[in-house]
Amino acid sequence: MTARITYREACRQALREALLSDPKTFLMGEDIGRYGGCYAVTKGLLDEFGEERVRDTPLSESAYVGAGIGAAMVGMRPIVEIMTINFSLLALDQIVNNAATIPHMSGGQFAVPLVIRIATGGGRRVAAQHSHSLEGWYAHIPGLRILAPAAIEDARYMLAAALKDPNPVLIFEHVMLYNNEGELDPAIAEVDIAHAKVRRVGTGVSVIAYGNGLIKALSAAETLAAEGISAEIIDLRVLRPLDTSTLLASVTKTRRCVIVDEGWKSGSLAAEIGMRIAENAFFDLDAPLRRVCGREVPIPYAAHLEDAALPQPADIAAAVRGLVRPA
Amino acid sequence: MTDFLMPALGADMEAGMLVEWLVKPGDRIKRGDIVAVVETQKGAIEVETFAEGIVSELVVPIGTKVPVGSLLARIGEAAGEEPPAPHPIAAVLPPPIAPITSPVLPTGAAPIAAVHRAKVSPAARGRATELGIDATTLSGTGVEGAVTVADVETAARTIAVPAAAPARRKALDAAEMRKAIAAAMGRSKREIPHYYLTHTVELGASLSWLEAANAAQPVPKRLILAVLLLKAAALALRDVPQLNGTFVNGAFCPGEGIHIGWAISLRGGGLVAPAVLETDKRSLSELMSEMRGLVQRARAGGLRSSELASPTVTVTSLGERGAEAVMGIIYPPQVALIGFGMVVTRPWVVGSRIEPRPVVTVSLAADHRASDGHTGALLLNAIEQLLQNPEKL
Repeated sequence: MTARITYREACRQALREALLSDPKTFLMGEDIGRYGGCYAVTKGLLDEFGEERVRDTPLSESAYVGAGIGAAMVGMRPIVEIMTINFSLLALDQIVNNAATIPHMSGGQFAVPLVIRIATGGGRRVAAQHSHSLEGWYAHIPGLRILAPAAIEDARYMLAAALKDPNPVLIFEHVMLYNNEGELDPAIAEVDIAHAKVRRVGTGVSVIAYGNGLIKALSAAETLAAEGISAEIIDLRVLRPLDTSTLLASVTKTRRCVIVDEGWKSGSLAAEIGMRIAENAFFDLDAPLRRVCGREVPIPYAAHLEDAALPQPADIAAAVRGLVRPA
Repeated sequence: MTDFLMPALGADMEAGMLVEWLVKPGDRIKRGDIVAVVETQKGAIEVETFAEGIVSELVVPIGTKVPVGSLLARIGEAAGEEPPAPHPIAAVLPPPIAPITSPVLPTGAAPIAAVHRAKVSPAARGRATELGIDATTLSGTGVEGAVTVADVETAARTIAVPAAAPARRKALDAAEMRKAIAAAMGRSKREIPHYYLTHTVELGASLSWLEAANAAQPVPKRLILAVLLLKAAALALRDVPQLNGTFVNGAFCPGEGIHIGWAISLRGGGLVAPAVLETDKRSLSELMSEMRGLVQRARAGGLRSSELASPTVTVTSLGERGAEAVMGIIYPPQVALIGFGMVVTRPWVVGSRIEPRPVVTVSLAADHRASDGHTGALLLNAIEQLLQNPEKL
């Protein structure tokens, strides 16, 4: 028997399970307590677990992420929430210079088993300071593991796996996913945080996507299937370290690849993925690699402009058609 | 630079499998060298080159079946001399000390010339190599008109190449050969309006001459009658060139030289008719050793491409265990087949007396599109005359 559940509820269940199962776990972030979280993920957890374990912080990302790093170094299992990815830049120094480097610089004497949850992505009409997709930047940093759950099961179970990792793990939750509903297979009780996953098997083209891009890619695949084009959809899931072998296996099979990335194209994660495919699967390619990325503008506020700036299912379908059935 | 192509080893050959390279890049080759072995329905054929130079690239890997005309290898111009040895002094002099200067970026470099290449996807290139297809000649359906794997595979299907067999020289495949014979003979009977002539030739002079000539020779050098018959046919064709050549695209095309295809029946069934090149210009003893070699190689599977590709006419000789006469089927696109039956002793009118004499029935099957019966009769009469004067053969 399966139960329908929202992505938001899956995230909340994951947090609740973490708090219940390990007394060293605590939550920390802006408006996560009394307000219940900017995207209502932590709603109700303050009442259940109290102020010691669900802590509202001042508007100072650098300070509370730094506090989280310190707590993790001395044995706690902090889960820090950053309200939106643009604000995470204030904590960039803590994340890049401390969290990612301390295990290395201490010669392994300090682990930093910190989990940071960050809301990312566009589509909510909250303009250019709350809507970007900068997770590709974090995927550049050695020492971090970067997760991007799109499936309900990943929202539900990636957190537990992240907490077991002795190194800092950043989980990017796309803001457009929170209301998505799906079935949670009761047979699944855990997921790995190392591999990409084929979400739809196809033969004509590999579409690599993550986060909300995955949902759009799956939608495009439906449209394409009606036209007789079989697209294989790969959920990247883990942005760092990249699961190159799964990507290569798919592209070697289909010989064509479209990479969907809501981030800006220049210097994007899509560029890295494309390059790895070019380096390793060049002789298997039957068509040029293609990317569907965010337009290189600050995300607009106006709805029609925001929609135009983000990759849409129609853009993905068009890119696929251009490879499979060129004019 | 010369392209070495898959030869058509007979008009019915569509494709061949490369089973062995006998040269490698860098090898110097000359005209007539055997460079590769190709497996056909007629068995493994040694393919010679007509070019001279240095092998620069082997394009088709072993085990690949490719259509006739496909590029197999590239042969470069032979370099005139060995590359000059490095100047001996250069080795002992210390490198010159470069003056220290700030690095200067070159400016105004010549613009890079536009390069036009056939657009073939990397995967399609690989697939084309596997299938032995030149992908650059295909029209593409991919991005920017590029040739894709599907385009290559479609092209391969239209060539209808059967799956490649393991890459090695193998014994003749009787079933394959039967298919090849069926195809060629079926085509011949469908397309060629044959006419047939026969003529009985008295062989007393030839056999006496042969006996005398062989008496002075050690066994390995002795001639057989078939050599005389072959040479007589070749010389007769000099006089009747209308029967030496091919009928292609609706017209007769005279053969360049007289290269008689000598029909050799194989022990396991089937037959091949490799050419005895320049038959009319060879001495009888040369022809004898040539025929001996041909029979051996035909049965062992070592015929050469020039032998299979170039016959201008076919001769079949039924020999001692044959029948009196043969009404042959022309091997297309040739226009004639000359047959010699078994030598038999028959009553023969000499002057006003009847004597037992050895005779042979010489037959001609000829393409009526290319010649008429009168021409055919001239040939048979010419053969008769030649066999009466064997010392001139």
